[in-house]
Amino acid sequence: MAQATFEEISASDFFYRNRDIAGFSNPSRAIFVAIREIVENALDAAESQMIPPDVYVRLSFESEATKDTQIYKLRIEDNGSGIQPRFIPSAFGQVLYGSKYKLKQTRGTFGLGGKMALLYGQITTHQPASVTSSTGNQNKIYSFKLMIDIQRNRPIILDRKVLINKDNWRGTIIEFTLEGDYLRAMPKILDYFKQTAMVNPYANLTFVDPKGRLYKWMRVTTAMPEPPKETLPHPYGVDVEMLQRLIYVTTDTSMTDFLRHNFHRVGGITAQKFLEFSGLTPSKNPKKLAHEEIVKLTQNLKKFKDFLPPDASCLSPLGEELLRAGIQKELNPEYLVVHQRKPSTYAGHPFIVEMGIAYGGGVPKTGGFVIYRFANRIPLLYDEASDVSYRVIGSMNWRRYKVSPEMPIAIVVHICSTKVPYKTVGKEFIADRAEIRREVANELREVSRQLGHFLARREHVDKEKKRLSIFAKYLPRIAEFATKLAGKERVPDINKLLKSVQKYGEDEQK
Amino acid sequence: MGKTSKSSIAEKKHDVVNRLKLLGTDIYEQLDKGVFPTINIPSRSTENINYDPNIRQYILGERVVSRSARNIRHVKPFTQLAWAALFSNELTTQRKTSTLRDVYYSAQAYEMSFTDQQESNNIITDLETLTGFRREDFNIFPEERSAIFGDLNIEYTVPGYEGKTLNLTSHPDGVLIGPALTSSEFVSTNADKVIAIEKGALFTRFIEENVHNKHKSLLISCGGQAPRQTRAFIRRLHDELNLPVYIFTDGDPWGMHIAQVIISGSANAAHLRELNTPDAIWSGVWATDIVDYKLPTDPLDEVDIKRLYELQRDPRYQNDPLWQREIKMFLKIKRKAEQEAFSRYGLTYIVDEYLPKKLKETK
Repeated sequence: MAQATFEEISASDFFYRNRDIAGFSNPSRAIFVAIREIVENALDAAESQMIPPDVYVRLSFESEATKDTQIYKLRIEDNGSGIQPRFIPSAFGQVLYGSKYKLKQTRGTFGLGGKMALLYGQITTHQPASVTSSTGNQNKIYSFKLMIDIQRNRPIILDRKVLINKDNWRGTIIEFTLEGDYLRAMPKILDYFKQTAMVNPYANLTFVDPKGRLYKWMRVTTAMPEPPKETLPHPYGVDVEMLQRLIYVTTDTSMTDFLRHNFHRVGGITAQKFLEFSGLTPSKNPKKLAHEEIVKLTQNLKKFKDFLPPDASCLSPLGEELLRAGIQKELNPEYLVVHQRKPSTYAGHPFIVEMGIAYGGGVPKTGGFVIYRFANRIPLLYDEASDVSYRVIGSMNWRRYKVSPEMPIAIVVHICSTKVPYKTVGKEFIADRAEIRREVANELREVSRQLGHFLARREHVDKEKKRLSIFAKYLPRIAEFATKLAGKERVPDINKLLKSVQKYGEDEQK
Repeated sequence: MGKTSKSSIAEKKHDVVNRLKLLGTDIYEQLDKGVFPTINIPSRSTENINYDPNIRQYILGERVVSRSARNIRHVKPFTQLAWAALFSNELTTQRKTSTLRDVYYSAQAYEMSFTDQQESNNIITDLETLTGFRREDFNIFPEERSAIFGDLNIEYTVPGYEGKTLNLTSHPDGVLIGPALTSSEFVSTNADKVIAIEKGALFTRFIEENVHNKHKSLLISCGGQAPRQTRAFIRRLHDELNLPVYIFTDGDPWGMHIAQVIISGSANAAHLRELNTPDAIWSGVWATDIVDYKLPTDPLDEVDIKRLYELQRDPRYQNDPLWQREIKMFLKIKRKAEQEAFSRYGLTYIVDEYLPKKLKETK
């Protein structure tokens, strides 16, 4: 009889063994994901302090690795909040440690990606990462050289330096080496920056690639969206495990207080109604609930119909003005309309859909629509065809809006939520959930209607111009031929006739 | 026998030029008044084409279409029509000839664009309808040609040949019925009839066999469906020289209809007059001839039979019992025969036996 051996593996170890699911599946993808994850952290760090982000990314060639891959050094600097020195080792050297476990809209989900990038770098190059940061409050800059103890999921501090912060610098600089294939990743990386610039029009992004080429995306505004507020979980979104934890840490001694203090938009009256609904006495001590009662309670939390829907203060949509500014600066279209839907929810998670539709001008002419998808301000660049927006766009009756498929049209979809329903850990496309599909479809109709009006108006103006040009072309010839045929000398004046069609035309254009 | 009508050609040219000038003046005056010029053209739509039993041809009804330079869809064809009128005027006054193909290309020299040949042809037809003159009267001739042979003296009116005369027996292949001939005046003839023949081969046989002398006739090769100018020319021979016209075609529905178009005209030319010769006679080959002369035959195929039923209902086939009788006979025997079928009795049989008999029979 074979004996199965069980061993506990650390979180680092788990991700080491399963790095594919975090997006580090091949050398070109890995380099793209590493840049993306750290840039997102950098943007979050600046936005949380309402500082317009300045992010500088430099990828430099170190050495050849294999036939197709090279070793690169990646350096990313931001002007964000900075990190307290005592948190730095864990923040970068311990997987599943971070500031992103509360409920509010953030770019990442678990604060996992940045560490995965460092972990991937360590696995492929066996070099330590360096992290330099200052919160700007002290006069000091802290600089660490770190590695991750993969088996124990602990940071190893190789070096620690304290520098004087003469210029009052604030921000974080991360530098590490990794193996990758830049040439193949290049188009996606440039797309990523361009699209990031589109939904972060208040950010300066700089990228220096291994060939020394400098790319810059400059901000066009310093206005920033309201940062999201932290909220309590909504009853519809709670599971047994979460409920148990909440009960474990609560100091409340009655169910009424427990519900009021731990759940989003639950007050005294709602709590009372709910307890009645689920047959619990309001004075019951939550800590006395049996396991079966907790399971039952979780089920009832989902069944009860009278909870108020979650409010969207925990969300930070871009807003129509910023979305417009971003699309305008990156695409410079002939016509642009943007719109934001009212908040909606799915499974207890609030979400907001924002959309822009751009026509002509700098919109790339690909022979089809260009779709730019964003979730919590992250560009989604892969698996477009699986995304809910792609499907909604594809099933739309475009003829109603005078749109034909070969028109130069770009559609920008931004979905923000405390929990974006990604289909995969790689955060590449959004699941086709009924509530989200409906909101995306309604929003698409809204902007398409306005585009349709624009196209109809333009078609009318074009037709009118064409109409006038036809009269302008032929009337003089009729006059010329008739004059010759009649044997006259003087050609009749047709300007009055031309003017009469023109005036008619101008009226129509108004 | 002398010529009957003096200078019909010169008179017509004069009328044509006047009519075109009138059109120009009409447009000019409307423009000069500061209004968008409008012209009314008889409608050529099928609902407006009627058969007139009195003059025995298709004619256009009362309906007119108004073409206005105010209308965005009309302004281009209006301009094209004005150009076509000017171009025709220049052709006529400068005594130059042209073809439909020429018209299409000449337009480009005036920076007038026609989308295709069909569009320019339509405009010329509009001009015909509007003025009531044939395009040949504007010196615009089709490419298609046919020939005439026989004792007729003509006098040219074309530049460089004015006053010159020609006897139409001068060339054994016949003389082309082209612009120079159709614009000639008739001087004199000894012929007492016209024989129009569907096929060129038989035309040549008739000349070889001296039919023009034996039967004192002018021979015309139609070359299948007779071109408009040939039909107009036959009409002139009939009207100006008082010659009866006999038509010989293949013994099938198509040959029968070739004769009918010479006699009654076509719906396509309903806007024009004097393209047909109502008094002309279809002398053969009839279906009854096929039976009487025991000609070698081919069976009628499906399209032939379908065509016969169409012709049976055609108003042009109602005025003479001959047509209905022959259609019925074709449908009965379900056979057809070509003119060449007479060769089974020897090459000259058709000239020596059949022709005299039929001329007598249909006189």
